[in-house]
Order: sequence, then C-alpha cells, then structure tokens
Amino acid sequence: MNGNFSLNDIKPGQKGTVKSLLSDGSIRRRLLDIGLIEGTQVECLGRSPSGDPTAFLIRGAVIAIRCEDCRNILLQA
Amino acid sequence: MGLTSASVGIKAVDSGLKIKKQNNNDFIVAIAGNPNVGKSTLFNNLTGMNQHTGNWPGKTVANAQGYCKTSNYGYVLVDIPGTYSLMAHSAEEEVARNFICFGRPDATVVVCDATCLERNLNLVLQTIEISNKTIVCVNLLDEAKRKKISIDLKALSDILGVPVVGTIARKKKTLDNLMHQLDCLVDGRTLTKPHVIEYEETIENAISVLEPAIVNAVGDTVSPRWLALKLLDYDQSLIKEINNYFEFDLLSEKGVSEALKQAQNILSQNGFDKERFKDSIVASIVRTAEQTAKQVVMQKGDGYNSVDRRIDRILTSKWMGYPVMLLMLAVIFWITITGANYPSQILSDILFKGQQLLSDLFIKAGAPDWLHGALVLGVYRVLAWVVSVMLPPMAIFFPLFTLLEDVGYLPRVAYNLDRPFKKCKACGKQALSMCMGFGCNAAGVVGCRIIDSPRERLIAILTNNFVPCNGRFPAMITIITMFFIGSVGMFDSVLSALALTLVIMLGIAVTFIMSRFLSETLLKGVPSSFTLELPPYRRPQVIKVIIRSVFDRTLFVLGRAVAVAAPAGLIIWLMANITVGDLSILNHCAYFLDPFARLLGMDGVILMAFILGFPANEIVVPIIIMAYMAQGSIVELDNIVQMKQLFVENGWTWITAANVILFSLLHWPCSTTVLTVHKETGSLKWTAVSILLPTLTGMVVCFLFTQIARLFV
Repeated sequence: MNGNFSLNDIKPGQKGTVKSLLSDGSIRRRLLDIGLIEGTQVECLGRSPSGDPTAFLIRGAVIAIRCEDCRNILLQA
Repeated sequence: MGLTSASVGIKAVDSGLKIKKQNNNDFIVAIAGNPNVGKSTLFNNLTGMNQHTGNWPGKTVANAQGYCKTSNYGYVLVDIPGTYSLMAHSAEEEVARNFICFGRPDATVVVCDATCLERNLNLVLQTIEISNKTIVCVNLLDEAKRKKISIDLKALSDILGVPVVGTIARKKKTLDNLMHQLDCLVDGRTLTKPHVIEYEETIENAISVLEPAIVNAVGDTVSPRWLALKLLDYDQSLIKEINNYFEFDLLSEKGVSEALKQAQNILSQNGFDKERFKDSIVASIVRTAEQTAKQVVMQKGDGYNSVDRRIDRILTSKWMGYPVMLLMLAVIFWITITGANYPSQILSDILFKGQQLLSDLFIKAGAPDWLHGALVLGVYRVLAWVVSVMLPPMAIFFPLFTLLEDVGYLPRVAYNLDRPFKKCKACGKQALSMCMGFGCNAAGVVGCRIIDSPRERLIAILTNNFVPCNGRFPAMITIITMFFIGSVGMFDSVLSALALTLVIMLGIAVTFIMSRFLSETLLKGVPSSFTLELPPYRRPQVIKVIIRSVFDRTLFVLGRAVAVAAPAGLIIWLMANITVGDLSILNHCAYFLDPFARLLGMDGVILMAFILGFPANEIVVPIIIMAYMAQGSIVELDNIVQMKQLFVENGWTWITAANVILFSLLHWPCSTTVLTVHKETGSLKWTAVSILLPTLTGMVVCFLFTQIARLFV
C-alpha cells in the first residue's frame, strides 16, 4: 500500500467520498459515466461470495466493481 | 434468454437497421434510456410486439422496431440498446448513439428509472444536447412510490426545457399521455427549449470560436454546439460517422479546420489536454444532473431498500451464494422433469393414436406404400417424437427461467461468478450470456455483446455452446431417466434433476477450462476492467411471464424444431428405405461412421444422428429412434420402457448412454448458432474455432471416458 485511501479500504456498511480517479482509458470513462466524480458519496454494500468484486451504492444505483479498479478510485481521507 | 424470432434470426445480428414505415408520413421515434429501465416493456406495450424483457442490464443488444398509432399519427418506434451515456465505449453504445445522432429520428424518448433519476439524467442531458425533439419519460413510478420517492415532473420539465411524462410501463393506460405528448412534439404544438449544459469557462470559450464556423459549413440541422464539442474531443469513430452523415469531410472545410485549430489552442493554453477535457465535460454533465435531481426528487427513506439488501445478503453471501445458485438450478430441473413427465406421456399417446388413424386413412385411400412410409412413418413419426419429448419440458423450463430473470437474479449470478471468470481471464458478464445459452445458444452468442472487451467477448462467444440449450436437455433428461434412474417416481425425479445438474456443472467447468485455455493460447490477454449494475429486485409478472414464454419462446422454438424435423424425418426414411447394393443408405452411412463412433463409445447411427441434427439439436434422439426402428423389429413405440428396450437391443449400455449425454453437451453448435457466430465475429477463422473447439473437446472426453469406463466393466 502506498498510503492511498481507496475504495478497497472501506468495509461493507461504510461510506466514503471520492477524491480522484487514477484509472485511465475506457474504465475511466465508464466510472465517470456512472457518476464517480470528485465529491461523489459511495457506500460499500457487500462483497461477492469469493470476496471480489464488491458492490457499492453510487448515486442510487448498485454497482459491482473489481478490486483492481477500486484501487484506482481514491477517497478523501 | 432473449429468444424471439427477432433475436435468434439473422435479423438480430444486423446492427444496421432498415426503417420500415407503413405510410410515408409516419414518424420515427427512438426509444432510448439507461439499461434496465423498462424500455422494452414500454416498447412492447406501445407496439404490441414481444421484444424480450427481463430484469438485467443489457438484454436489448440490437435495435428493434415496431409500429404504433395514435388517433393523429403513425409512429415507427425503434427500441435501442440501453446505455449510460452517448460517448460510446462499447459496441452497443455505439449502436445507440449512432441512431440518436444520425438515424434521423423525428423524436427521441428517453426512458428513465424514477428510483434512480439522477444517474439517468446523465443520458437525458446528453440527448437533449443533440436533439431538441426529445421527451423524457420517467418510468417505474410504481417502484419509486414503494421506495417512497416522489418526483416533481413539472419542475423537471421546466428545468430541462422538454416535455416530461410519468409512466408505469407495465400498465398500458399510463402510456396514453406519452403518446399525446409525442403527437404534440412532432407536429410542433409543443416547442422545446432544451437546457444548455454549462461547461468550464475555457471550454465555453473554445466552443464559441468553433460553433459559428460549423454553422457556416453545415447549418444547424445537427446541433452545432454538440458538433463543436465532438470535434474538440476528437473522437475518431464519431467524426467518421459525422462525415458520413454530411457526406463530406467536415475537417476539410477551411473555416472549420482553422477555427478548430484556434479552439484547440485556447484549450491547450489553459492546460486542457485530451483527458482533462473529457473529464471536465463529464463532470459538468454529472453535476448538472445532480443539481437537477436535487430540485425535483423528494426522497423519504434510503433508496436502495432494506428488503433488497437482505435478499442480497443471502443470495451473494460467502457461504450461501454458490450453494443457492446450484440449488436453484436443480430445483428448476426437478420441477421441469417432474412436471413434464405426465403431459409427455399423454401427448405421445395422443400423437401415436393419430399415427394409427393416419395409417388407416392412407390404407383406405389406397395410397402406395412408399407414400405412407415417407409421410407417416417418416415425417409424422419424427414430428410426433419431437413434439412429445420437447414440448412439455420447454413449456415448463422457459417460464421458470424467465421468472428468475424477471425478478433480477441473473445479474447476481454474474456478480457471484465474476471472480472465477476473472481467474480464467474472462469476464463475469459471460455468466449472463451463458444463462441466455440455456434458452438458445444463438441468442447467447448475440447476448455476448454486453461484454465490452473484444477479447473477452470472443471467449464468451466461442464457449457459449458448452451450455446445453433447450434443444438439448430434454434429450439428456430422457436418457438420464432411461439409463441412470429407472422409473420416474418422486424420489427418482430428484435424482434425475441432480444428475442433470451435474451435467450442467460439467458444462460450466468445461467453459471455465476452455476460457482459460483460449486466454493462454489464441486469445492472449489480461482481464479488462468492468462494472456491473445490480438492479433492484422486482416483483415478477407471473401470469404474463407464463403466457409470454409459452407463446413466444416455447412455440417459436418448437416451430423451428418442427420445421427441421419434418424434412429430416423424410430424409431418414428415404435413407432407410433406399438400398444401394444390398444395404440401405442409412446402413452404409452408419457402417462407415461406426468404427470411429465406437472409439467414442457410441455407434454409427448415433454419430450420424448428431450430424443430421446439425440444423437443430432437438431431432437427434428422434433420428436415432427412427434409424433403429428402420433396422429393427419394434414397430410400436409409445413409452420410455419400450424406448429403452429399443436402445438396449441396439447395443446400448450405460457407457453408451453416458457418452451420448457427454457428446450432446460437447459437440458442434447447431447451424443457427454457427451462422450467428459468423455474423457476430465477422470471421471464418473464429467460426471454425467455434465448431472445432467443442467438437474436439467432446471427442477427447468421450474417448477417454469410454476407455476408462471399459476398464471397470
């Protein structure tokens, strides 16, 4: 860990606020499309049976995101 | 299981769409919206068509069109794939964007989910940026009410500057207002003034430089502000579409190219590179949506409701997730097997009495023997078998599976299985296309369009056939019941269901292995990123689902099987009755194939049946029966005991039976699927792989199984 506080660091039931996206390319576009811009509130809802992906409540919709991608979604500490 | 003639036919594969107007003055209306907001339901209720619906994002993968009428006008409605945005990241998004932008619709209806309006506004804002002939349709008001969400439609309309109507697409009546608004919009009674999204100052400056040049060059038939944004964004594929639309290269126009350069300078001087430009645009749209939603949505409660949370906690839990999935599959099979047994028997009784009547009729009429043979013993008998064996399981399985789909369970399957798929360097959404494969592999292959990464999509296409479609598992059920379970009692049908579940699990295991294999060999690469939406659970429309799936899917699939079975019955009869030398053609073929088939633990007749079953897997078992009967002594065959006797007389053992099941699971796809793979991949090479991969797998598995099994006998 490089000290970045990311979407991977919140547990089911916890909330966080998006600081910035490190991902690029098509996944960046997709994450922006679902509304993950700076200041967006995200709540972790639960994990898939095998621990990955994780489901988040984002702007009223439940979206599953893989942990590799969560790593690139930084939250405000 | 998007299974209608439109989704399985060649039509489904064409992304190009030819609009069919009934009258010249008909209007064309695009039905757009986020995935899974009830577009297809709305479309069906307006047009009376049966576009497939189900509670998961991405069912509609191609444009579909239908017709509807108001007292004033006729409309051609085009149901386009659901998208979150018009910035085209995937094939289906491109289909949607191109139609709204360049399909020249007279109006666009953007369907929104009232329970999740803010996210939907993203698409609305992008659409009104392109077209001022837009109506916003806030759907699922009933769901919203249940979640204690209310929406001020009037205020929303005032902010957006376009008509807004509230609907419950399941209830036809609520759609009247939508059609009324559509009438007013197309004939100009309603004037719109779409809300203009404000971007950062630098971007606004760049637009103001470029916009006039565009107006000069091409006028304002396509929103010049939007064109300016897209030129600045320099989206290659879109610029190509734009040029196609105007039929000349917009950038070759001197005024435009100079203005573009100037505008780009403004951007770069202010530190806007390509990435920052795109981010800023998206962020502005998202913020506008957020502010708009804040003003019109009143929410008491927490949106994602607690019931959904509780269900998800069970269905996707660490310990229960996988067992529940398998249990559900087994229960569906059990209901199918138990429920199908009795009607199957009745049907075959009736149909074979019918054969007797027909035979009598032919004899009374003095028809020649060969005519009676070809039509009654050939065509009719194979038809009777297909109907009595296929119809009951299909009529039970389809509705059950559709219910599961309607409730919203399928995306959870994809969610649960994503990790194993990722381990095989594929994508969890492949689970969705596999679920469609249960209905029909051709539909499953088309369904692979929901997968964004071309590599992963190809893997899903090539392995779809490892899920046995509805044409295959009734035969599996029959053989399992015959050779492995015995008579069909209450407990035995549980065993049958478990055995069938095991077979399916084997198919799934092979899918994983082959996905991994392809990722290591022909389709090297790493799993790409993905996001998957888990929609809220919805109360299924039980009656509607049953009626729909029986009439649309069951009868459609049965019709296709019958259409193939009739000529196949004729061919088989001819082959069995025309002799060359002292053997019938059938025997020649069977003898020819026999040595090879023996290696796989089957016989020449079985292998030939699989080959003749290429047009439709449903006819494999009937062909085997026909062929044995043509050679053998049994003439009457109206129940499963006699059928088993026939098979045993022809040398079947449990090893043969197991191999037939294995080979049915693992062999070449049917002709429709092969054609669909070719259309979807556009490549002969990948079509060949889609045939060879399962065929070779099946041969190897059957060979090994036979050799090992014989050691124990």
